[in-house]
Order: sequence, then C-alpha cells, then structure tokens
Amino acid sequence: MSSKQSDDALTRRRAPAPEGLKVRVTLAMMCAVVILLLASASVRDNVLAQQPASVTVQQTGGGAPGAYVIRNARIVTVSGAEIENGVVVIRDGKIESVGSSATAPAGAQEIDARGLTVYPGMIDAGTSLGLIEIGSGAPGTVDLAEVGDMNPNAQAIMAVNPHSAHVNVARTNGVTSVITMPAGGIISGQAAAINLDGTTPAEMAVMPSAALVITFPRASTFSFDALFNPQQGNLNEAITARDRQIEQLRKILRDAEAYGKAQDAYARDPKLPRPDRNVILASLVPFVRGERSVMFRANRESEIRGAVRFAEEMKLRPIILGGNDAWKVAALLKEKNVAVVLTGVLTLPQREDDFYDALYENAARLQQAGVRFCISTGDTGANVRDLPFHAGMAAAFGLPRAEALKAVTLYPAQIMDLADRMGSIEPGKMANLVITDGDLLDARTHVRYLFIRGRRLPLTNRHTELYEQFKNRD
Amino acid sequence: MRKVIATALLVALLGAMPWGAALAQSSAPQRGGAGVRETLIRNATVLTVSHGTLENADVLLRGGKIAAVGRNLKASADARVIDATGKFVMPGIIDCHSHSMLDAINELTLSVTSMARTSDVLNPTDPDLYRELAGGTTTLNLLHGSGNAIGGLNTVVKIKYGRPAQEFIFVGAPPGIKFALGENPKRSNLQIPTQSRRYPATRMGVEEVIREAFTRARDYKAAWDEYREAQKRGEKNLIPPRRDLQMEPLVEVLEGKRFVHSHCYRADEILMLINIAEEFGFKIRTFQHALEGYKVAKEIARHGAGASIFVDDWAYKIEAYDAIPYNALILTRAGVNVSINSDSDERARRLNIEAAKTMKYGEMTEEEALKTITMNPAQQLGIDARVGSIDVGKDADVVIWNGHPLSVYSRVETTFIDGEVFFDRQQDQARRAELQRERAQLEQAEPNRVPAQGGPPTDRPRGRRPADGDDDDDIRDGGNNRR
Repeated sequence: MSSKQSDDALTRRRAPAPEGLKVRVTLAMMCAVVILLLASASVRDNVLAQQPASVTVQQTGGGAPGAYVIRNARIVTVSGAEIENGVVVIRDGKIESVGSSATAPAGAQEIDARGLTVYPGMIDAGTSLGLIEIGSGAPGTVDLAEVGDMNPNAQAIMAVNPHSAHVNVARTNGVTSVITMPAGGIISGQAAAINLDGTTPAEMAVMPSAALVITFPRASTFSFDALFNPQQGNLNEAITARDRQIEQLRKILRDAEAYGKAQDAYARDPKLPRPDRNVILASLVPFVRGERSVMFRANRESEIRGAVRFAEEMKLRPIILGGNDAWKVAALLKEKNVAVVLTGVLTLPQREDDFYDALYENAARLQQAGVRFCISTGDTGANVRDLPFHAGMAAAFGLPRAEALKAVTLYPAQIMDLADRMGSIEPGKMANLVITDGDLLDARTHVRYLFIRGRRLPLTNRHTELYEQFKNRD
Repeated sequence: MRKVIATALLVALLGAMPWGAALAQSSAPQRGGAGVRETLIRNATVLTVSHGTLENADVLLRGGKIAAVGRNLKASADARVIDATGKFVMPGIIDCHSHSMLDAINELTLSVTSMARTSDVLNPTDPDLYRELAGGTTTLNLLHGSGNAIGGLNTVVKIKYGRPAQEFIFVGAPPGIKFALGENPKRSNLQIPTQSRRYPATRMGVEEVIREAFTRARDYKAAWDEYREAQKRGEKNLIPPRRDLQMEPLVEVLEGKRFVHSHCYRADEILMLINIAEEFGFKIRTFQHALEGYKVAKEIARHGAGASIFVDDWAYKIEAYDAIPYNALILTRAGVNVSINSDSDERARRLNIEAAKTMKYGEMTEEEALKTITMNPAQQLGIDARVGSIDVGKDADVVIWNGHPLSVYSRVETTFIDGEVFFDRQQDQARRAELQRERAQLEQAEPNRVPAQGGPPTDRPRGRRPADGDDDDDIRDGGNNRR
C-alpha cells in the first residue's frame, strides 16, 4: 500500500475505504497464516494433488505461502540478466533469493525445473476481470458500468468476484495480476490492482484503489437511435457536446480540489464552520492532488492530445488507456512523460486507410521513441489469458522480444506504481511466478507451475474440469 | 436476372467508392500486366500439411498451380525467383466461417430465408480483406448470419483483393446454406423496444421451424418428381408445379447437393439437428462454433459432420459458458474433422496463432494444428482437391512466412493466390510514403476540408457494417462483440 493513500485523511473517514480494505487484507492474511500453520502438511499436499473439482465451485485455494526452492531452471528475471541454471527461493509469499545457487530454508519444498523456465507472472493493466461473468444475456452477472456520467466513488474492488471462473482461467496461462476497472460514463470509477488468487476481494487486493478511470470526452458524430439504426450527427454539435463534457469534468475536479482544501482547513481548525461531507468529491481528492494516477481512455490522436493537455492543466498524473493512435503522439507523450497502456494490439486498424500493421507496430514505435508503455488485452475478463499473444504480435512487428516480455511484466508494474512488489524476479518482491516449458509468449507453451504470493496454485480451472469430465465419455 | 442487377449495383458502388476505400484499395501491391507468371520459391522450410515438412525445399508455381515441390527445381528463364532461405512456406489459410466483404449479413425478417444469397452483397473493396491476406488467409467461407433457423446461401471466395467481385468466387466450390440454433434464432439477446417478437422464441420453436420447412421441401420435391415422371411417361397437358425459390435450396439439401453449415452452441441442440437431419435423410456438413461439441463428440462423429470452431473463446453469452479450449482435441480424437475459424475480420488476420493454441490446450501435434486452418476446412468445404496443402497440381495458394507460422513471433512476407501475389510486405512498405502523400493531398482537397477551414460539412462515407461486428445481435456493443 502506498503511503500516498494512507496519507489521505479524507478517504480514511469513508467506510468502506481503501484503507479499511488494507486493514482487512492484513487481518485476512494473518488469519490465513494462522490457519495454514495449524494445517498439516498432508492437507497441503492434497490440495496440490490437483483433484478434479466440481465445475461449479472454483478452486481458489492453493498451497500455503510456505518455502519453495526452484532448482535447475532457466530464470528470466526481466529486470536483470537471465540465469541459465539457477535457483529461486520463495518464502513467506516473497522471493527470498535468486541466483546461480542458494541454500534451501529448512522444510522447503524442492521443485526440479530442469528444462523449464521461470518468469515473473504477467500483469494485464487494462481489464475488467471479475466484474463480468457472462457478457450477454445475463445482466445479473455484469457489474461494469454505473448509471450516470460521474462515478468516481464506484470502486472495482467492491464488485470483483473472487470466485469468477475467469480468475483461474487467466492465471493458468500465467497472468497472475490485473488492473480491473469499471467502464462507462465520463468518470467510470476506480480501478483496483488485484492478484488472481484469494477467497475475498481483500485477499486479492494489491492496491484497492490503483487509479481513477476517465473516458476522455470525444466528438462523435456517430450514434445509434432507439431502434439501433446508425445515426449521422452534426460535427459542430458533436464538438460542442464534447467541450461541454470536458467542462463538466473540469468543474467536478476543481470542486474536489476546493473540497479537499476546506476539509483540511476544518481538520486543522475545528472552530471553522464544518463543511458538508460529499462522498463523490471526497473520492476524487487524492487524484486531483496528484497522489494517485488517472487513466484516460483515449484512442484517437485528438483524444490523446486532449487528455494530456487536460491532465497538465489540472495537474493530474495521467496514464493513457487504449492508445491506438499513440504512435502519432509519441513526441508529446515522451515530452510529458505520459505512459500508455496499449489495449489495441489485436484490434483492427481504426481507419480504412490505416496501414495493415498500424496497431501491431504501435508498441515498437513507442519503444523507439522512448515512450513508457505496456501491453494489455483490454479484455473484460474471459480472454485476458491471451495477454502473451498480444505481446507476441507486437514482437512479430518490430518490438524486441525482451521488450515484449517487459511489456506484460515489469512495465505494467512500473506504470501502475507496483514495481516495488511485482513485475520481475528480484529478492523482496511478491512471489508471483510462472514456470513454463517454453517461451512465455508463444501460443504453444505450457505452464507447468504457478505461484501467486508464494502459494503454489493448482493448474485447474473451469475448462480443465469440464475437459476431465467429458474427455472419456462413453 | 438477379446476378445482372447485382453486377450493375456493384459497378455503381465501385464508381461511388469513398476516398478512404479508394486509398485502401490502392495499397494493394501492384501486379504487373504479365498476368500469372512463373515463380520459384527457393530453399524454404515447406510445411506441406499433406506429407510432412520438407527442409531446404523449392516450390514452383506455374499457370496458377503448384507445378513442383522438391530440391533444386528448375524454372524457366523469365520466372521470378524468391530466395526463401530461413523462411517457411505453408498453404494459404482457409477460414470456414467469415462475413468479410458482405454488405449485409442477416436477412432477419423471416425464420427461413433460404432464398437469400450472400453472393448478392459482395463488397470487394472491404479493406479487411487486405488485412486478412496479410495474415496468410486466402480462402473464405462467407456465411449468412445466425439470426434465422434456416438462413441464406453461402459463397466460397478466394481473397483476390483489387479485383471485381465475380473474380473472387471460388468456381467449383459446392454450394452451402447456413442454419442456426439456440440464442440467435431465438433472438434472445436483441430487445428492440418497438419490435414485436418473432417465431421462434425457444429451442422448441427452432426445431419446429426446421421440421416444418423440410416437410414442405419434401412435398415440393415430390410434386416436381411426380411432374417429371409424368413427363417421362409422355403424359400431355401437364401443369408444372410453381417454382419456389425458398424451397429449391432445401430440396438440394435433401438431395445431398448443398452443404448445411449450422451455427450451434449447446450439446442438446446439436443432437436435435442430427436427429432431424437423419429423419429427413440428409447430412449436416459442419457444425459451426459447436462450443459444446466436445460433450457429444461421438454423436457428431457418427453422423459424419465436421466441426468448425473457435479455439478458445467463451463466456460472451450464456450458451458460450461451457466452451472449453480442449474442444478441438476431444473432437479430433473422436474422429471429427475440426477446423478453426474466425467469424471475425480481426481474428481472420491471425488464424495461425489460433491454430497454435490447439497445441497449448491439449497437445495436438504440429501437423494436426496446421490442418485445422488448411486441409480440414478445405475438406469441410469440399474444395480439398484444389486447396489446403502443398501438393503438385493444387492451386498455387501459398504463403511465405519469416518464421514458423505457429510461432507468435512470425509474420507473413508474401501471399499468393493462383500463383499471383496478392500481398507482399516489401511492396506494401515501399508504397507507404506515396500513399501518405496522396492522403495529405486528399485532405487538402476542397470537398474534404473541415467546416472550420471553410469547407462544406462533410458526409460520412457510405456506412459499412461495423468492422468487427460480424453477426446479428451485436450492434449495441459498438461492433466490438464478435458474434
């Protein structure tokens, strides 16, 4: 948890607030440790034996965050040099050491990873994983977008379903953490950084409030009428409507700034008239103070430029989410040091006359221009497991392979202020590790072992369970 | 007559083509006037699909066909010779479920639209076709949408981008028709406020619609059979039955002359269609999507149908919640011919990666994986004598990759159809500066100036279907949902 969040006196008064969650995370972890200490080693082994489970109950449990020694592995640390025949030691949920040799802690389980490769778990910084179970026809399983335009107090962490089938499906391909976020409106809400393991949202949470998500207003002349027929609007009207929305956004952020000042003044001097509480404005204060990041959904050149300018004017900490045209704005993004979460590597080019590889090449162009970026699926959940192939396609079109790997590990961690605890294999970082029989980004590779927060997790999910159930049907 | 009208319309459309489409079309590689010339691809790793991998092999393309495959092949003096050292050659990818280049996908007004033809709405300027060529895809099965229990007729095409629509047609491909089961023909996920509901609204009704249509088709066929027999007997003053364009394709299905490609998800509806087909004495050629096919693999195998599936997509609607990426494996092991399709202009650009996933989820072999996008769909479409593998005598539809096509790190260098280049990365890149200049000039042209700069208000170009919204019930999604 960053100190920026706990510094904020205002949000602390909110219940439940991110800090409240933090407390619960800690408590939950302590409880878990106690329970697991009581549990016998044989129970742990049973869990790891990958028993076929009911298809309706997702397995979230794994081994204890005990001690493991992974030997004889090729280790791709991402942050440093590769180690050809190395050892990784995991203890108490963290990476204890990584190197060419190490002494095993007492009682550590040995894993012989000869012929295998150890990678840091992948991070998808642009998902809504856990907020949607079934996209169409089951609105009861969709918790993506609140009603209205300004919902800064809608927090993804409040609605993430730890028992969603998407969680296990994504992680068994090596995606160990995601940023999951609301959508819709202008201010969609707050994104959460979560690990893809845990029985409660609190157990999953890495940073319950990781960023504010704003859809940067766009002048769109295209819409659907009540009968879903495409409608062509007037461009001047669309521009006016966009400017009005930006002004609305500016106003609510200014209000939040003033609100924060008033509350602070009152906190220092209780003799002042007590300002009213407002949960919406309160939730915006850390963002308008630049203490936390604001993700702007923006794909077209004009939207990206608009979002960068707006963030500068309002002194926000912007991240561009989407970024299909980012390569056209590379100089500005570099100059303003604004990072981009690319969600469109595998989408069709936006314009009919765009070059066929415009979006495949986007990442390579940003890398060459020195713009900070990472690669995301942009998927709501079901296909987050495809993250490695998005990065692979960028590598096929000019991004160096080592950079493609960083684009789904270290770079998203850095952009989302998580690099002190994940994104590479370094002592002290969370033990989120994937062990494979091949190149992590290749579609033919199999994941052989999976660790999240030092817990060895079974490689089962809804799909493997249905496979087991039907593969030998008489 | 309808063909004449369609051609006239296409000519008119081509004339009215917006600037954007014109630009995109001109980014197709320029082909010399020489027509189909001879090409020798030298020293490649050749993935034949039919007879293994050949190292350091040559492939000779002549007269639109694969003329020879082997080492140290000789070509005539004017042949183009491509040094493919370190590169891979595979057959062109065949996508057994596409809606590319269709300006309309669903004729939604009736539940039985066997009289509607996709061949009447081909748009050869769709830029996604070029993007698909750039991913090594050469042949598409263009299907009607899945909104109706019995939909319209399909069209099999080769992506001859830059040519008139009629040159795309895969001459000799057996005709087919689209059926659809489950949520889409039920119209479960489309609630337009003022639109009344349409029969059928349940899976019971879907079965009944198909049964009713084939009951009529059987009577219609009997009427014509009786008429022809009476003619043969020499009877006079016969009145022929009235022609029925809705029934004719269904009679062809009954006679085994037209392939049924049926959209389906759930295991029970797959069994339902098998039962009805067997009752009326016809075969289902392919179950399209068949997300729960793995639950009834042996029944599909026994019926003799193929399965054309997504490799791993799931959970986008309720009937897709039991989809598993091991579907290809279970069906293949049960003896079902399995192809991996796109149903998406986006995915049709990277079916190689979708095929590679069959090796991740379930240990299919490399050859099996390659077959799911080449030989297997060719067999499903009845065109395997022409395409689907690198064999002498087959059409010269081949693709050169800069690495193994099942690797995520590989990309297409050159795509040939009938021996002609329809995509070439070097040529594509060489033309970019010129195209960018052309674009800049067009933007400065009077009709394209934005109003603020003194130009008149601009009209949006003629609307095409949402680029990635291939099927019926996705319009609310802004075209992002793929079905």
